[in-house]
Amino acid sequence: MTTVAVKPATMGQALGRALRDAMADDPAVHVLGEDVGTLGGVFRVTDGLAKEFGDDRCTDTPLAEAGILGTAVGMAMYGLRPVVEMQFDAFAYPAFEQLISHVSRMRNRTRGGMPMPITIRVPYGGGIGGVEHHSDSSEAYYMATPGLHVVTPATVADAYGLLRASIASDDPVVFLEPKRLYWSKADWNPDAPQSVEPIGKAVVRRAGRSATLLTYGPSVPVCLEAAEAARAEGWDLEVVDLRSLVPFDDETVTASVRRTGRAVVVHESGGFGGPGGEIAARVTERCFHHLEAPVLRVAGFDIPYPPPMLERHHLPGVDRILDAVARLQWEAES
Amino acid sequence: MTVMEQRDAYRPAPPPAWQLRTDPAPLLPDAEPYRVLGTEAAREADQELLLRLHGELVRGRRYNTQATALTKQGRLAVYPSSTGQEACEIAAALALRERDWLFPSYRDTLAAVARGLDPVAALTLLRGDWHTGYDPREHRIAPLSTPLATQLPHAVGLAHAARLKGDDVVALAMVGDGGTSEGDFHEALNFAAVWQAPVVFLVQNNGFAISVPLAKQTAAPSLAHKAVGYGMPGRLVDGNDAVAVHEVLSEAVRRAREGGGPTLIEAVTYRMEAHTNADDATRYRHDAEVEAWRDHDPILLVERELDARGLLDEDRRRAVREDAEAMAADLRERMNQDPALDPMDLFTQVYAEQTSQLREQAAQLRAELEAENDAEGGAGRDGAAR
Repeated sequence: MTTVAVKPATMGQALGRALRDAMADDPAVHVLGEDVGTLGGVFRVTDGLAKEFGDDRCTDTPLAEAGILGTAVGMAMYGLRPVVEMQFDAFAYPAFEQLISHVSRMRNRTRGGMPMPITIRVPYGGGIGGVEHHSDSSEAYYMATPGLHVVTPATVADAYGLLRASIASDDPVVFLEPKRLYWSKADWNPDAPQSVEPIGKAVVRRAGRSATLLTYGPSVPVCLEAAEAARAEGWDLEVVDLRSLVPFDDETVTASVRRTGRAVVVHESGGFGGPGGEIAARVTERCFHHLEAPVLRVAGFDIPYPPPMLERHHLPGVDRILDAVARLQWEAES
Repeated sequence: MTVMEQRDAYRPAPPPAWQLRTDPAPLLPDAEPYRVLGTEAAREADQELLLRLHGELVRGRRYNTQATALTKQGRLAVYPSSTGQEACEIAAALALRERDWLFPSYRDTLAAVARGLDPVAALTLLRGDWHTGYDPREHRIAPLSTPLATQLPHAVGLAHAARLKGDDVVALAMVGDGGTSEGDFHEALNFAAVWQAPVVFLVQNNGFAISVPLAKQTAAPSLAHKAVGYGMPGRLVDGNDAVAVHEVLSEAVRRAREGGGPTLIEAVTYRMEAHTNADDATRYRHDAEVEAWRDHDPILLVERELDARGLLDEDRRRAVREDAEAMAADLRERMNQDPALDPMDLFTQVYAEQTSQLREQAAQLRAELEAENDAEGGAGRDGAAR
């Protein structure tokens, strides 16, 4: 009997493995972007792909994001399944017109004649000491665009499973990779069969009875840490990792909040016009009679992303989350 | 031997000798638009081609006048006419083989029709009952692109993908003079040249971007000259000379098919009508300017050559006219019928699999339609709810 070697792997390695396996399984999968070939990407996620599959399958493109996504549209029109890398969140903006005017609506405007099975990988979020234009949380822009899926992993295993599912999807997926989790490690066996779950399912990362923290991506580990710290205060917090902002898993979220009666949405993105407003509204519409307190939001401030030496004051941390939990009208219970 | 005695040791290597990566001379367009009709070369033009172009041009002109009339009758929401530009539209369609792809802008429905698309399907976008009225893969015609120049990188990506698959496919992408100022024009040409993609860019320089003349659009010697900066050939052609445009396009398509890479073609033409029926051209140009172009009309240029060869007798004229009238009558009749609309179509094909949120919204609309039907005794405004 052979034992399966389980050893620590990083999220970046799991993402790379997902790309490799997708390319090996389907010759229609092509990777393109800036520095994805010889260099292996600035975060090394595409390391080795050009060597294994050749430059035509893993292509260093000219430095032009609209051109990268625009040509990916044409490749998808011809039956390929492009996976494009936007080097950083804030460098993806030149591709917005292609994304919004074509990628997101091509299926609809052609009545299904021309689906767009494109995965757009975007490293996002702060906490890595990046200088200006390297730390944006741009998910609200993508969420507001019908026709796109918006997916973000928080664990090493999900990085693999969700990226495989995104590449397999016949619809465009904006796949947001939390930059500061690229180096997070977990015991994960790349050689064992990996489950590929359908996108659109949230997961309860930590069961609890007092209140629900609704979160995703880089804020998941922060919420889990906050939930541990909350035990000292006598709160038993549930943590829901949304995993997919579009489609939104109302079922899992609603079930959790109805159970606990209290909810806080946590994300790095700004609060005003951010994902938390939509999530809080959905929870309120569905759980009003179960709620003991208004749904609160812990978000980044409504400011341009701060310089690295000040970003810790901006990012939602354990204390700010616990402060919000403390404001969930506990006195009403006694 | 000491290290210092070794040949070249401790001597900084000289920088690599700098040289141009491509000789720009063969890429440069001619100083004047290439012409065939009205020149000596016209005598060499193929008779069958001349007759074919003439028939198509007359049909194309009739299509434009009919579509314009349909806007006045409220049957089209809007129509950007290609009147005066028919030579470019027809030549674009004729230069392609069946397996090739056409990437039209919103002004290029005629090119799609000349390629064989049903005019009603081509005009669906402009009638407003759906965005794209045809299956792009069936006809190898991309959806009409309204955002300027955004279809150009699609053409490059498709041509690149076809080449990677080993398929013998060329993409022809159409754009106007205004579109050349867009970033996507630049990125598409750059990607096409770097990848040596089998794509042909046809710029119809019709003088105006709605109201803005070319002088406010670019300071380039010509739009065709822009090709040189990307390392591809630029060709300048008289866009009203159907034979010349057909020849230049066919040559570029052949070159692309044979692995020679992309070409940028500027066809100099003139937009005889306003931007659309909603535009008022008298605010930015004089009638005298428009009139001056009438003597250089694409149909007139072909007819002069046919006349000179004695090929345009009254029978021929009548046959061509009747063919065009039959097309227009059929288009008029079919466009005068109200399209069948199903409001529930709004929710289909947003995603491959409908989200729970869209299922809820679809249910809401269905309930509204049923209530509307009940109130109106069963006859809903937009047809029956499913």
